[in-house]
Amino acid sequence: MTGMGPAVTWWRSLAEQAGDPAYLAQLTSEFPAASASGVPVDRRRMLQLMAASAALTGLSGCGPSQAPEDIVPRVEPLSGEIAGAARYVATAVVQEGYATGAILQHRMGRPVKLEGNPDHPASLGAADATMQAAILDLYDPERSAAVLSAGRVTDWNKLALALASQRQQWLKDGGAGLRILSGRVTSPTLLAQMTALLKQYPAARWHSWEPSSRDNVTAGAMLAFGTPVDTLPQFDKADIVLAIESDAVSSAPGHLAFARAFGVRRRAAETGTGAMSRVYAIEATPTLIGAVADHRFVLRPTEIDLALRSIAAATGAGPAAWRGGEQPAWVGAVARDLVEHRGAALVHAGPEQTPANHALVHAINAALGAPGKTLRYIAPVAVDAGAGIADLVADMSAGKVETLIVLEGNPVYDAPADLGFADALARVALSVQFATHADETARRVTFHVPALHLFETWSDARAFDGTASILQPQIRPLVPGHSASEMLALLLGTPDVTALSLVQDYWRARAAGNFDTEWAGWLRKGIVTNTDADDADVAVRTDFASALPKPQMPGSGLTVLLRADPFLRSGAQANNGWLQELPRPLTRLTWDNAALIAPATAQRLAIADDDVVEIAAGKGVVRLPAMLLPGQAENCLTLSLGYGRTAIGGVGADIGSDVNPLRMSAALWQADDATLRATGDRLVLATTQHHQDMAGRDIVRTGSLDEFLSEHQPSPAAAHERPSLYPQYADTGNAWGMAISLNSCIGCGACTAACQAENNIPVVGREEVMRGRWMHWIRVDRYWGGDAAAPGILFQPVPCMHCEDAPCEVVCPVGATNHDSDGLNVMVYNRCVGTRFCSNNCPYKVRRFNFFGYSGRDKRPSISWNPDVTVRGRGVMEKCTYCIQRIREAKIASDRDDRSIADGEIKTACQQACPTEAIVFGDLNDPKSAVRRRKATPLDYSLLEELNTRPRTTYAARLTNRNPAIVEG
Amino acid sequence: MAPIFAPGANLVAKLALLVVGGCLVVVFLIGWIVPSTEWATRVDYPIGQPVPFSHQHHVGELGLDCRFCHTTVERSATAGMPPTHTCMTCHSQLWTNAKVLAPVRASLASGKPLHWNRVNQLPDYVYFNHSIHIAKGVGCVTCHGRLDQMPLTSKQASLRMAWCVDCHRDPRPNLRPREAVFDMAWRRSKDTPSGKALFARYHIRSAAELTDCSVCHR
Repeated sequence: MTGMGPAVTWWRSLAEQAGDPAYLAQLTSEFPAASASGVPVDRRRMLQLMAASAALTGLSGCGPSQAPEDIVPRVEPLSGEIAGAARYVATAVVQEGYATGAILQHRMGRPVKLEGNPDHPASLGAADATMQAAILDLYDPERSAAVLSAGRVTDWNKLALALASQRQQWLKDGGAGLRILSGRVTSPTLLAQMTALLKQYPAARWHSWEPSSRDNVTAGAMLAFGTPVDTLPQFDKADIVLAIESDAVSSAPGHLAFARAFGVRRRAAETGTGAMSRVYAIEATPTLIGAVADHRFVLRPTEIDLALRSIAAATGAGPAAWRGGEQPAWVGAVARDLVEHRGAALVHAGPEQTPANHALVHAINAALGAPGKTLRYIAPVAVDAGAGIADLVADMSAGKVETLIVLEGNPVYDAPADLGFADALARVALSVQFATHADETARRVTFHVPALHLFETWSDARAFDGTASILQPQIRPLVPGHSASEMLALLLGTPDVTALSLVQDYWRARAAGNFDTEWAGWLRKGIVTNTDADDADVAVRTDFASALPKPQMPGSGLTVLLRADPFLRSGAQANNGWLQELPRPLTRLTWDNAALIAPATAQRLAIADDDVVEIAAGKGVVRLPAMLLPGQAENCLTLSLGYGRTAIGGVGADIGSDVNPLRMSAALWQADDATLRATGDRLVLATTQHHQDMAGRDIVRTGSLDEFLSEHQPSPAAAHERPSLYPQYADTGNAWGMAISLNSCIGCGACTAACQAENNIPVVGREEVMRGRWMHWIRVDRYWGGDAAAPGILFQPVPCMHCEDAPCEVVCPVGATNHDSDGLNVMVYNRCVGTRFCSNNCPYKVRRFNFFGYSGRDKRPSISWNPDVTVRGRGVMEKCTYCIQRIREAKIASDRDDRSIADGEIKTACQQACPTEAIVFGDLNDPKSAVRRRKATPLDYSLLEELNTRPRTTYAARLTNRNPAIVEG
Repeated sequence: MAPIFAPGANLVAKLALLVVGGCLVVVFLIGWIVPSTEWATRVDYPIGQPVPFSHQHHVGELGLDCRFCHTTVERSATAGMPPTHTCMTCHSQLWTNAKVLAPVRASLASGKPLHWNRVNQLPDYVYFNHSIHIAKGVGCVTCHGRLDQMPLTSKQASLRMAWCVDCHRDPRPNLRPREAVFDMAWRRSKDTPSGKALFARYHIRSAAELTDCSVCHR
């Protein structure tokens, strides 16, 4: 289409922008690391190797025939089970205390794939990467499997005995020496137990510590309203969004639901279903919502404080205006835009923002008439324990704590550094930790108790909007672990109750009708009906502004921003290979954390990519490699939590650097006045950023909304019919195709994770990623555009394009990749001999080669693989199949019943997981299909259209809805 | 200097070439033919089982329907093997003390499943689906043979890809009316609709579609 060419120059890495000769040389090689293996090969040697491989190919055909197998039927039939077919069981995944509904697919009695629960308000059918990875956690062979005492195996009875003798003491003195430390708790059953416990031992205390703290959010609400509330943004109703380093679409409780509504409004113009929203982002380090914003202003944290005050003043919400020199012109324009859209504007701030900023956001929202329109307030879902970890450590150091029970936490690793938790722990006579791995804390407590995975026990939890879900066990425990409720029952002196009876007892009192019927319904649906919270009626205090601290003026020192890792969060899932290898959305970094630094700051400090730097702030010092990140605020370093675990398992231990030493209890997310020093060492980071570049071509198309709405649009169907030498295939029956909206994509990586889980994609490890051998079938490319200080950011998911005229097919010497009648470009693993010609000839670089037997090296148990997909061996090419196993299952089911396949009956794994519905899959021969509707937009384009490969996967060009009054950002 | 090669050397060389060539041909033929023999594919070789279950007795003599035990054959990829419970529905009343049934009783008592040895085994990269074959009128006998005449179960088809594809290229000769799918003794009669008619009636996909790689390989 005309006029939609790149408005700015989009580039993929800083080296590319600078035209680095070494980088340009790397671009021209097919598998960059393979050619640089360092072994010179001459002609004679080459012929010898070829002869040997030909001979060995023949020999491999003489291998033994298949080993005999057996069939193991059940002893008693399981009601409702159809042998060989999938069963679906609802439950929920609990992330940082909040539940997100999930449906697990079971094959022959074992869960193999997790999907979002469409009936659950926090999922709506989507599932993010960490949820997907929960299933790999379940099968982690390195999970703790025994009660440990000082590192040695002991048993549950010894612990029960120790606690029983303590109990006599507690009954006498009211439990004065008893302390319980938990993470964020929303489980009604656990809370009921905790209440009972505190009633039985009135002097005992419950403390909570959640490394991904939302204390600032609560404190901000207290400042503004005098009462804590949870804010639920309603992006579907917001024409104008201002995001202050917002986590609303990336990690906030309910982010999948928020992202769904957000995506609908972002592609509204593309699909012709309404007005596209306009998004402003103000942030110091790039977030997902910032990446897709129409204007993104890069400010340091102190500047954010000032800008927010100015916006508050301009919208009539607060008295204080910008006082740090000249106010940027855009501040007024943003405020005007917000005011003009009163009742349809929304401001949202992330949990790292100061309480003052949260209070200001509440005031601005009130001034804009947002409550009840573009956002809802509800009473907090998570229950306040009443005391934090600082009080606990103070009491521990003072010798007031005799017994400490740590419920699912790892405070030795993740507690703020200034508290000295580990030292204080040594003063506790009896400490019990309950966790899934024998981690850093497990080594220092009196007893470590292995925790059951949430898929192995009964429990319950609430979602972001208060909706409760019953968590039901999906499989018999794989390790002899215990549940949190069992642990509390032991403290209560009722060791014989089961987790099931505790959950049932709690909910029995709350059933409206017959409990058994209701219970069965709740389990089947995955939610407890009518448990969502009502709106909270709050008003901004008139005197809130006077309570705000005076804003600091921007200093000149370095500021360290501590942020939860996008996937590992604060590190609990660090032993998960899927999450370690999933490229971080903005950095494309795997298997490491880095000090993210703005290019200009790096230049000033003479720091280059991969230089190991030493960062000191306060008493803390950390060392880790630097990574230049465009769009990062100057003089700000972003460090990810969750790395540098020393004890967790073979996958996660000693990966990256632990940055918790810089984390202080007074400022969990930020350390000011830091110093940075180059150590002279280098550590090459494993990024997927430089690989498989499509240099200099019109890959991601962008354009402005105004241009799009005003321009006379050509009809998309009339477009491209060019002659081709490729064989033509009859176009009857189904023609599967995919449409990807670049307007909706937020780059979260859920598609990649879902594909990895569904399609048995192995984890290759850090070294292999550095050689460019990562195996993800759908990658998300990230492009930067324009100025490196405040660049535009684009995401583009790239799976196999399933070309009609596929260049890979014609070069395969053994016919291992070919066209099927539905137009799919299929890959036959058992035919593949690994010439890699197909990958060489693929212009999209979406084929992945098993250089080693990655699947065989994987330590996950064989029962965890998806039985519907072949597990590939060494020397075999693989790639996206459009989830052929799902297509075949639907085709067989429809053929069996003599009907046609309904639109939407087949969902690819990436489509199903995508929170924003950016990916749509379906039959292009069905005129009413959703994918046809998506492709009808004039924004629809093919990647590398000039090659005439006629891809079945196409993209909708990305629009930006910029404010004409603003030039920058 | 005497010549290096005697006059007969040419003949020796030719003979040697012939022998070497002949050997190669023989090796090639062995490699080609042996895997397709019944010996290599184990066709008609009965396989030992923990309980010497006789299809001849249960199907041929007692007249049990296939689906009494293989319950999921119409709905799932696998035909389904009966849980121990199914065996014991009858054998808690009949032959309650029979020695050959001891493993079945032990399984029910202990809750430990029986381990049957697989008779028809496909490679892991082949995804076969029973239900669609049943729905489209392919009889059990077509692939599994006359089980009602087998005291011990054995494989009746090579299960090699050529054998599968033969039928996928032209399924018509192997089609029968749906109501006769489970009938062991069914034979085509004058009134039977032709294969061509059944092919159309059951909306079976074309040979081109049925021979797509993705039909069986995923």
